Amino acid sequence: MDYAEVVERFDPVLGLEVHVELSTNTKMFCGCPTTFGAEPNTQVCPTCLGLPGALPAVNGKAVESAIRIGLALNCEIAAWCRFARKNYFYPDQPKNFQTSQYDEPIAFNGYLDVVLEDGEVFRVDIERAHMEEDTGKSLHVGGATGRIHGADYSLLDYNRAGVPLIEIVTKPLEGAGERAPEVAKAYVSALRDLLRALDVSDVRMDQGSLRCDANVSLKPKGQAEFGTRTETKNVNSLRSVERAVRFEMCRQGAVLAEGGRIVQETRHFDESSGSTSAGRTKETAEDYRYFPEPDLAPVAPSTEWVEELRATLPELPWERLKRIQGDWQLTDAELRDLVNAGAVDLIAATVDAGSSPAEARRWWVAYLTQQANTRGIELVELSITPVQVARVIELVNGGSLTNTMAKDVVDGVLAGEGSPDEVVEGRGLKVVSDDSALEAAVDEALAAQPDVAEKIRSGKVQAAGAIVGAVMKATKGQADAKKVRDLVIARCGG
Amino acid sequence: MNDLIRSTAAELAAQIHAGEVSAVEVTQAHLDRIAQVDTAVHAFLHVDTEGALAAARKVDADRVAGQQPASALAGVPLALKDVLTTEGVPTTCGSKMLEGWIPPYDATVTRRLREAGVVILGKTNMDEFAMGSSTENSAYGPTHNPWDLDRIPGGSGGGSSAALAAFESPLSIGTDTGGSIRQPGSVTGTVGVKPTYGTVSRYGLVAFSSSLDQAGPCARTVLDAALLHEVIGGHDPLDSTSIDRPLPPVVAAARQGADGDLSGVRIGVVREFAGEGYQAGVLASFTAAVDQLRALGAEIVEVSCPSFTYALSAYYLIAPSEASSNLARFDAMRYGLRVGGDDPSLSAEDVMSLTREAGFGAEVKRRIMIGTYALSSGYYDAYYGSAQKVRTLITRDFDAAFEQVDVLVSPTTPTTAFKIGERVDDPMAMYLSDLCTIPSNLAGNASLSVPSGLAEEDGLPVGLQIMAPAMEDHRMYRVAAAYEVARDAAQGGPLIHRVPEVSV
Ligand SMILES: [Zn+2]
Repeated sequence: MDYAEVVERFDPVLGLEVHVELSTNTKMFCGCPTTFGAEPNTQVCPTCLGLPGALPAVNGKAVESAIRIGLALNCEIAAWCRFARKNYFYPDQPKNFQTSQYDEPIAFNGYLDVVLEDGEVFRVDIERAHMEEDTGKSLHVGGATGRIHGADYSLLDYNRAGVPLIEIVTKPLEGAGERAPEVAKAYVSALRDLLRALDVSDVRMDQGSLRCDANVSLKPKGQAEFGTRTETKNVNSLRSVERAVRFEMCRQGAVLAEGGRIVQETRHFDESSGSTSAGRTKETAEDYRYFPEPDLAPVAPSTEWVEELRATLPELPWERLKRIQGDWQLTDAELRDLVNAGAVDLIAATVDAGSSPAEARRWWVAYLTQQANTRGIELVELSITPVQVARVIELVNGGSLTNTMAKDVVDGVLAGEGSPDEVVEGRGLKVVSDDSALEAAVDEALAAQPDVAEKIRSGKVQAAGAIVGAVMKATKGQADAKKVRDLVIARCGG
Repeated sequence: MNDLIRSTAAELAAQIHAGEVSAVEVTQAHLDRIAQVDTAVHAFLHVDTEGALAAARKVDADRVAGQQPASALAGVPLALKDVLTTEGVPTTCGSKMLEGWIPPYDATVTRRLREAGVVILGKTNMDEFAMGSSTENSAYGPTHNPWDLDRIPGGSGGGSSAALAAFESPLSIGTDTGGSIRQPGSVTGTVGVKPTYGTVSRYGLVAFSSSLDQAGPCARTVLDAALLHEVIGGHDPLDSTSIDRPLPPVVAAARQGADGDLSGVRIGVVREFAGEGYQAGVLASFTAAVDQLRALGAEIVEVSCPSFTYALSAYYLIAPSEASSNLARFDAMRYGLRVGGDDPSLSAEDVMSLTREAGFGAEVKRRIMIGTYALSSGYYDAYYGSAQKVRTLITRDFDAAFEQVDVLVSPTTPTTAFKIGERVDDPMAMYLSDLCTIPSNLAGNASLSVPSGLAEEDGLPVGLQIMAPAMEDHRMYRVAAAYEVARDAAQGGPLIHRVPEVSV
């Protein structure tokens, strides 16, 4: 169904579950390292292989990260909570149960304010954030789909088994209306920025250290009860989050409009087609037989510890933006433009390297944005660093470069000719400051345009521009225009 | 029977450390004894002759080099229940599921034994995954009670208790989830101790029921059990349920108790553990034991623990629930038995099912099914939830009782050893064997069984159970040691010396 029609007839309800792999050095319940991409089954021990007799011991650093995430999401932190076993048979699950948390999450009842592209703020209520362990990875060999059905055989890698995960679950998000796909994307994006600022995860969606499952349902406008939902998995990029939600809304809208029924099921998002397809049906809800994990002591963070952790929270992304807006004296629209252009961090780093916010901003949003657009890449992907931009600005302010020459220098850096100073050297870009040489050029220009010279002598100083232009041309832009102007007026007896 | 195999562990250690006998000689004597009688007893699933002799040689070499013994038990042989992992030595848990599995790591108990210079003779038979009270559920055939080879040696640790009573080893390790150390001790005339939950590491103990399992020492005397208790006990960071406090002073308590004076000690007799279902000879032996304790100066009072009546029911919900989850890992994917793995037409799920069908015995399957059912949504509150409430009530009964008395006593198990095969078709009758022992597993407190004599009607051993509060294990050792001295004086020598010679 056409998207416009869907949002006209239905209200979407979203539920987002984000799994975050923590970047702790060791796994959740054993001392194995967590390095991504190691040889299969080299980062394993009796505990994370689920060998008979092996026992878990909680990674304190992971609990600390979980609490910090909870605090940053404005959650309450449980004074006492337990792990629970989620029982199900699957070969990538060494114990055939996942050690997770069930009805006693470490953090609960929070929110995250998400800023949409036009500046509107949408509050996403957080139901809970809980700790659990990741599974191993299955590689299904043979067959057409790469999925378990039809495969000839499967390989198992348990390096990932036991890596600490935090699952962050939103409450049902209502009221986003036609902006639901955008809200979903903005939420995951904001969450990613937050987790990065907390330095608790690599938050690489492409490597699976940040994974999103999107629950979507539709209800006819005005209806209070929720419709049947589907859960879409394998949503591996921000763009996919938006596309998957949008696709599901359209698909469900079409089914409902024809009087059909939505099947509660897990669906799979396909990046290339942008569509979802049915996976496991959840009609007969799997019974995970949760019960409190008897091998682990309850987690009971003291109030003092929680407050200590609260004090270690870094400046959170939205607080930082607020501060930057004040420091740089930006209007809401200006700030939003910088955010959307991905320029805030680059400008901030340039400012940190010594430039004024105004100069740094001018370079990044004007000339460098133009260069990025020409190349079809993101600003951050340009091969120039904020420190290098700051150096160029410094050279201009010190009078060593004109603005025109500065662009030349930047072009040189982007072309891989080295640092700004190396480009200045290599391209022979030096402001002509030798007075006698400049005087000679000025005299030559005045002699070439006697009528203009006469005008200046008679007091029409604005005519000096023509002479300055000629001098600049003659010196290939390497002269300081203001200095040239002063000289012209001086030679004409001004 | 030579003197080496009849000696206590304390005596052997003294002789070895004094250089009067070598650890190798002691070890060889026990290996010879195993070779002589174990075909009839079947206490061992695996005898590690080479490993045992190597460990003994190390103890002898250290002594010759002038080093202090690694522990009070260095050089003394021990039989290890096959539920504790041993690096490089098979560990089967009495199950076909783990036939041929060689663990790549030592359990903490195993490691502590090795570090203490204790010589591990081999691995003992047990009910499959420690589920049972007779060792008949072993996939490798039953163990026979040395007092009467037609009878069960108790369970699940029947191999560990029979090895002591058959003089195959002076020490053994058991694990006790509902009585699996104490009930075998009771029916074989040996001492079995379930320490306070959390004081002996469970790391490497293949889990049956995590919140109930506890490894502990088994021996022929109270002092030997205490010496072994101190070797294996203590905090272990690898076990999150391990208690980070010093071990109770059990050896000192056993020595103090041997003085035979219990004046000032208050002992409570549990009213609920008597009457119907208890063998007359068991009750008579228990009454005589209580009289003896009174004669030693103890004050005897009757105590009521009404919730103990529900302990068995709660246990048979909690233990199977945890077991259903703990045993899920046996799925043919990583280790152990694998059925259908080479058939390309079978899915991973098929292979899991076929393997579990073939690898688990009937009792294990029964408990997995009970546990799976009890944890199912819709039934959880009624079964698992209610059982946990009963558990709390039992703990409160203990707390109230220990307000009045220092230790509690009861028969260890309602009957003497029954005949092999007698209860295999009647699980409820089998479960009743653990009636008196289960409350201490549910509450986590300390409890032991010490022999109290022979039942008049069948001449088979009876056990006296002594229960102490959590972390007060030394109290029961003191009482047991005092009782042991008085018993032997009254009965004309150690009870264990009346075990008939094994006919092979
Ligand atoms: Zn590991």
